[in-house]
Amino acid sequence: MRGEEIILEVQNLSKVYDKEVLKLEKFSFQRGKIYGIIGPSGAGKSTFLRLLNLLEPPTTGSIYFKGKAVSMNGDAALAVRREMTMVFQKPLLFRSSVSENVAYGLKARRFPKEKTQERVEILLAKVGLKGFANRNAGTLSGGEAQRVALARAVAFEPALLLLDEPTANLDPSNVELIERLILDLNRETGMTFIMVTHNIFQARRIAQEVVFLHEGRIVEVGETEKIFTDPQDQRTRDFVEGRMIY
Amino acid sequence: MPPLLEGISEAFYLILTFDPYLMRIVFLSLQVSGTAVLLSTLVGVPLGTFLGLKPAGRTRLISKLLYTLMGLPPVVAGLVIYLLFSRMGPFGVLGLLWTPAIMIIAQFVLALPIIAGLTMIAIRSRGKTIQETALTLGAGKLLTAWTVVRESRFAIFGAIVTGLGRVIAEVGAVMMVGGNIAGRTRVMTTAIVLETGKGNFELAVGLGLVLLLIAFIINSLLYRFQEGGKNSAW
Amino acid sequence: MSPLCTAVHNELNKERGLRKMRFFKQGVKKEHGKGATLYFLFPVICLMLAFLILSGCAQAPAPIAPHPQEEASAEPVEKPVEEAVADKYIIMATTTSTYDSGLLDVLLPAFMEKYGIEVQVIFKGTGQALELGQRGDVDILLVHDRASELRLVEEGYFSDRHDVMYNDFVMVGPAADPAGVKGMAKVTDAFSAIAGGGYTFLSRGDDSGTYRRELKIWEKAGVSDFRDWYLSVGQGMGDTLRMTSEMQGYTLTDRGTYLSLKDKLDLEIVLQGDPVLFNQYGVMAVNPQKHAHVKYASTQKFIDFMMSPEGQDIIASFRIGGESLFFPGKGIKD
Repeated sequence: MRGEEIILEVQNLSKVYDKEVLKLEKFSFQRGKIYGIIGPSGAGKSTFLRLLNLLEPPTTGSIYFKGKAVSMNGDAALAVRREMTMVFQKPLLFRSSVSENVAYGLKARRFPKEKTQERVEILLAKVGLKGFANRNAGTLSGGEAQRVALARAVAFEPALLLLDEPTANLDPSNVELIERLILDLNRETGMTFIMVTHNIFQARRIAQEVVFLHEGRIVEVGETEKIFTDPQDQRTRDFVEGRMIY
Repeated sequence: MPPLLEGISEAFYLILTFDPYLMRIVFLSLQVSGTAVLLSTLVGVPLGTFLGLKPAGRTRLISKLLYTLMGLPPVVAGLVIYLLFSRMGPFGVLGLLWTPAIMIIAQFVLALPIIAGLTMIAIRSRGKTIQETALTLGAGKLLTAWTVVRESRFAIFGAIVTGLGRVIAEVGAVMMVGGNIAGRTRVMTTAIVLETGKGNFELAVGLGLVLLLIAFIINSLLYRFQEGGKNSAW
Repeated sequence: MSPLCTAVHNELNKERGLRKMRFFKQGVKKEHGKGATLYFLFPVICLMLAFLILSGCAQAPAPIAPHPQEEASAEPVEKPVEEAVADKYIIMATTTSTYDSGLLDVLLPAFMEKYGIEVQVIFKGTGQALELGQRGDVDILLVHDRASELRLVEEGYFSDRHDVMYNDFVMVGPAADPAGVKGMAKVTDAFSAIAGGGYTFLSRGDDSGTYRRELKIWEKAGVSDFRDWYLSVGQGMGDTLRMTSEMQGYTLTDRGTYLSLKDKLDLEIVLQGDPVLFNQYGVMAVNPQKHAHVKYASTQKFIDFMMSPEGQDIIASFRIGGESLFFPGKGIKD
C-alpha cells in the first residue's frame, strides 16, 4: 500500500434536503486504496458520492482534496474535477461513436489529438471491446456500455475514481470483468477507488477498506476482513450478516 | 369541373410554371418565417437549455408563462406588436410597420416560446444527467453546455421545426403588422385570404398546396429527427 | 491478469512519469476543446446568416427605383415638404371594395410610370382605414364615408380631401327574390320587407363604409329588431357576397365588387338607383401637422394625379364586362 498520503478528507460534512440525509464529522481517504461504502438503502451512500464529486454543494462542512479545501465554484472546482471522476450506476453514453465517448475526457483536457486514437484503442482492448471504436454507442448492451463508461472514466488517468453501484443489473461475466479491471487499475496505477455498493459480497471481494453508513452517519470503518468477520457495532453485524432488512 | 378540382389543376399549372406572383409570395414567406425561426432558435435554445437545467421547482412561474405563450393566438401577438410599432406607439419612430422586418418580429414572438419551451422540456428529461456526466469527465462550463445541447439535438431540432411549422402557417399576426401589401409583405397565408375574398380560387388553392407541401416537408423532417432520436438513444 | 492487460498497463505506466505531469498541466490550462469552439461559432454563424436574410428581406421586394438618391430604407425619412426629393413609395389605406374591384391595378401603375412613386396598398374596412390614418401609420387614404371624412378633416387629422369618384351601392339577392324586393324604388321599403318577412340578410358587420351605410338605411327604415334572420358575418365584401350566394340571402354591396365577382355568384341585383345608395369616394392626405413623418409631398402628387384629367379619365374608362364601376368626380350635392 502507498500508505499514509491522504487524497480526500471531509470535515463536518452534512447535507439536508427535506431532512438531514448525511452528517459526517471527519473522515479521510488514503491514496491508492479501494474503499467500499456499504449500508442499507437511504443510508446516504449516493449523496456522499455526489458531494465528493462536487455535483452538489454540502449544506455545511468542507471537503479537502490533496490537503486543499475545495471550492464549489469556477476554475478551482474544475481543477479538482479534472483529477477525479465518477461512474454512475446507469451510465450515459453520448450519442456518438464508442471512440468519441472514450475520448471525451481527453478532449476536454486538450490531450494531443494524435495520441488520443492510440489511447482509445488501448483502453478499448483493456475493457474487452476491441474493434468497437466506430460502433454507435446507442447500440451497445448494458454491460458493454458500462465498460465503455469505465474506459471513458479512466482514459485521462484520474487520481480518484468514484463508482456508484457500477455493476448493479449486470450479468455475472460483466461483473467479473469490471471488478478485475478495478483491481488491475488499482494495483498497477495506484488509482484510488471509492465504490458505493449495496452488494456486500462485492465489497468483500474487492474493497481493502469498508465504510458502513447507516442513517447518514458512519457507524464503522475498518479493513474489509475485519468488518466482515469481527464487526464492533451491532448494526454493522446485523447488516453484514444479512439481518438488516432494507 | 368542380371549383376544387379546377383549382387543383390550375394550382399545379401555376406551381409547375413557376408563376412569378406565386413564387415571390412563397419566397417571402420562407424568408420571413425562416429568419424569425433562426432568431428564435438563437435565443430560445440557450434559454430553454438554461431553464431545463434549473430544478423544476424554481422555474415554475416562467414555465407556466412559456406554456401559456406557446398557445398565444397569432392575432393577439399581431395586435400587441402593431400597437407597439404603430406611429403612436413607443417604437413608432422606427417606422417598421408594414415591412418584412416587423413580420419577422411578430413571428419571432410566436416561435420563441415554442422553441424555448420544447427545448426546456427536452433538457429537463435528460439534461441533468448529461450535465453531470460531462462535469464528472472534466468538461468546463462551455463544453458542458455544448454537450447538453448536442446530446438533445433531436429534440431541439424537433422544437425548431415545430416553431417553423407554426409561424409559416399563421395568418393573424402577419396580416395585422405586415398589411398584406402586394410584392412587399404578402405571404402565403395572407394571399390565400385575399385571393379567396376575390374569388380567385385557383391561386388560393395553389398557395394552399404549396403551404401543404412545405408543411409536409417540415413534418417529414420532424419525423426523421424523432426517429433518429429513437435509434441512437441509449 | 491477461498478457494483453499487462501490456496495456506497462504502456500506461511507461508513459506515466513524464506524461502525467504534462498531461494534467495541459488539462488545467485550457478548458474548452473543439466542442466549445463550435459552441462559440454556431451563434456567430447563425447571426451572420440572420443579418444576410434580414437585409435581403428589407430590400429584395422593393421595386427598382428610378430615383436612386434615396436608400431602400423601411423608415420614412422626415423631410420638409418643399424639398423635392422623390419618395420611393407611399402607403395608402383603402377599402376592400376599392381593392377588390381591380381599379387600382390600372390606376397605380399609371401613377408609378409618371412619377416613379410606388403606392403600396393596405386594404381594410373604412373604419379601420380611417383609424390607421389618424394614427399616422399610412400616408394617404382612399375611402368612402363622406361624413366621417369631412369631420376628421375638420378635426385636423387629414388635409387636401377631394371627392375623387363615386359609384353606388346595390342590393343583391337570390333570383327567386322571396322577399319581393324587385320593383321597389326605395331601399328602405326593401329593408322593411326583409325584416318583416324574416328573410336572410347578411351584413358585413365590420365597420366598413358599406356597413356604415347599411346601418343608416336600417335606421331610416325604422328597423331595430334584428333576429336570427340577420347575420353579421364580420368579413370583407367579397367574402360576404360569397356567403350570401351560398345562403341565398340578401345583402348590400358596392356595385364594383359585385360586378367583379358576378360570374362566381348566384345572385342578382334586386334594387338599385335609390339616391340613398350613392357612394362617394374621397381621397385625402394624412395631415403633416399631426404626423410630421408622412410623405406629404408625394401624397400631393398622387392626389393631383387622381384629380387630373388623366386620372379622372382612367377612372371613367375602367370597366368590367362592359360596365362602368366608378364615375369620376363628385356624385352628390352637399
